[in-house]
Amino acid sequence: MIVNNVGLLPPISPRLRSRRIADRVFRWAVMASVLLVLLPLVAIMGTVIVRGAPALDWNFLTSLPKPVGETGGGVGHAILGTLFLALGGLLIAVPVGVPAGVFLASDRMPRLGGTVRLCADVLSGVPSIVVGMFAYTLLVLPFKQFSAMAGAFALAVIMLPTIARTTEEVVRLVPSTMTEAALALGAPRWRVMMQVVLPSAGKGVAAGVIAAFSRGAGETAPLMFTAFGSQFLTTSPMQPIAALPLVLFNYAVSPYDDWHAQAWAAALVLATLVLAGNVIAKVATTRRSR
Amino acid sequence: MQARPNTSGADTAFHATLVLAGLGVVTVLAGVAWELLSLSGEALSKGGIGFITGMTWDPVAEEFGALPALYGTLVTSALALLIAVPLGIGSAVFMSEIASSRVATVVGVLVDLLAAIPSVIYGLWGLFVLAPLLREHVQPGVQKLFGELPLFAGPPLGVGYGTAGLLLAIMVIPVITAVSREVLRAVPDTQREAAYALGATPFEVIRGTVFPYARSGLVGAVVLGLGRALGETMAVTMVIGNRYDISASLFAPGYTLAAVIANEFTEAFSPHYLSALAGLGVVLLGTTLILNAAARLLVRGVRHGGAG
Repeated sequence: MIVNNVGLLPPISPRLRSRRIADRVFRWAVMASVLLVLLPLVAIMGTVIVRGAPALDWNFLTSLPKPVGETGGGVGHAILGTLFLALGGLLIAVPVGVPAGVFLASDRMPRLGGTVRLCADVLSGVPSIVVGMFAYTLLVLPFKQFSAMAGAFALAVIMLPTIARTTEEVVRLVPSTMTEAALALGAPRWRVMMQVVLPSAGKGVAAGVIAAFSRGAGETAPLMFTAFGSQFLTTSPMQPIAALPLVLFNYAVSPYDDWHAQAWAAALVLATLVLAGNVIAKVATTRRSR
Repeated sequence: MQARPNTSGADTAFHATLVLAGLGVVTVLAGVAWELLSLSGEALSKGGIGFITGMTWDPVAEEFGALPALYGTLVTSALALLIAVPLGIGSAVFMSEIASSRVATVVGVLVDLLAAIPSVIYGLWGLFVLAPLLREHVQPGVQKLFGELPLFAGPPLGVGYGTAGLLLAIMVIPVITAVSREVLRAVPDTQREAAYALGATPFEVIRGTVFPYARSGLVGAVVLGLGRALGETMAVTMVIGNRYDISASLFAPGYTLAAVIANEFTEAFSPHYLSALAGLGVVLLGTTLILNAAARLLVRGVRHGGAG
């Protein structure tokens, strides 16, 4: 990269030398910044694995928590609770988010489309704790009861903009020649959308849904006063339910060493769940774009 | 296009469903704003401007002022940006301008992983690894060097504004990096080639032609990062120290809007208390929206101002 006085080239002027030094300093600074950015990833994931693995066994994944002072116990109820909440969130968010994304991509009402797009972007920027308060006033206050339903609704609000915007993006990627060919054959618009466009964008939509699922599974703040948490295995939508991030938080801020160890193990489980979802979504999208 | 009579009914119904879903998104956002405002109405109308400028937070005496929490939110977010902007944009430059495409892909995947880690895990790490590390090895050293400055006054606790800001920086870096990378990628290669043809070094190419072209997009990347920093709850709650006060020292414990809500919402024993917490939510949401709008205007201003 650095060409010096080789053979017959004239000597480098001082000005050129200082420009090259500036360039090299810049390169080093940029590379140092990448290392500084990746250092925390290594530090965090390393600690989670090193501290989480010892407390992790089959018993931890399947059993219920034990009272303070007794050793053992696990987070089986919270793993199920998190899956339950995140699936419940999808159940609400997908039927609204996917058609909303299709609407955005259709460009048939540009003014309304612009408003919807703006609202989706603003909604994705609303702090998740505020979403939790919203779900609380809507679904907890009237029933005077924390519930899995309120938790799933809060997660759905967080998932909604992600699903809508990804759907819009992947539907737009479907070549217009395909749509036009189907329309030319006399197919009505709804059939074109359902049988030509959506199947061809299906993988991308699924990737968006999986990404939304794993984001929802990792959320804590919106569940604190909706799903609330529970020491037991519950499945009723009308009752409080445990969630892995909530257990993690409560154990982490507790004063017991045994619980701290369990918090690290819970972190390992949660990180695996969330990162796996992310990787699956990413693999699906990269295949699609090839 | 002429609609065929036998299908137009189904088509209309289909389109109406899509419109309805779109309106659903609008309704949810409006619902968030409406419910929050109506729940906080009592605290905001009773406190008036005093709700924002007040220094005390006393649920028993029902005296509610948001300033210390607002201060904490702004200070930790500003600190986070101060660290995250150079590192995030630097990494994006590395990926788009310097690294080979294979290296850039690997770094990109790792940065995305960093973004996907749930914030409660950041908090766990911040509480048990970062805070003790700072308390024992970093803060005493900084005090030995700059001990007279009020910025570093007070006992080294490990938790506080500085730790929260540093942890937030780690959390917003992936956002800034990912968006900046997209922005830099969108700069046409002809820009770079023209500058190289004039004999510029890579540094001069990036500073002189790539950055000016990408400026508004980079501001947008920073704004997205700021949005995440302002609203971040769990990680900050675990390392901010939870003291309702204002201090100039980065080593002092403090509080943020989101952290107060997270810690106290389930314990709000009276409607007034609940209303005041919702008021903090309004201040938080308002701050986020105002800063976002301001940045959007800034971006538009840069764009309309022509090439730099």
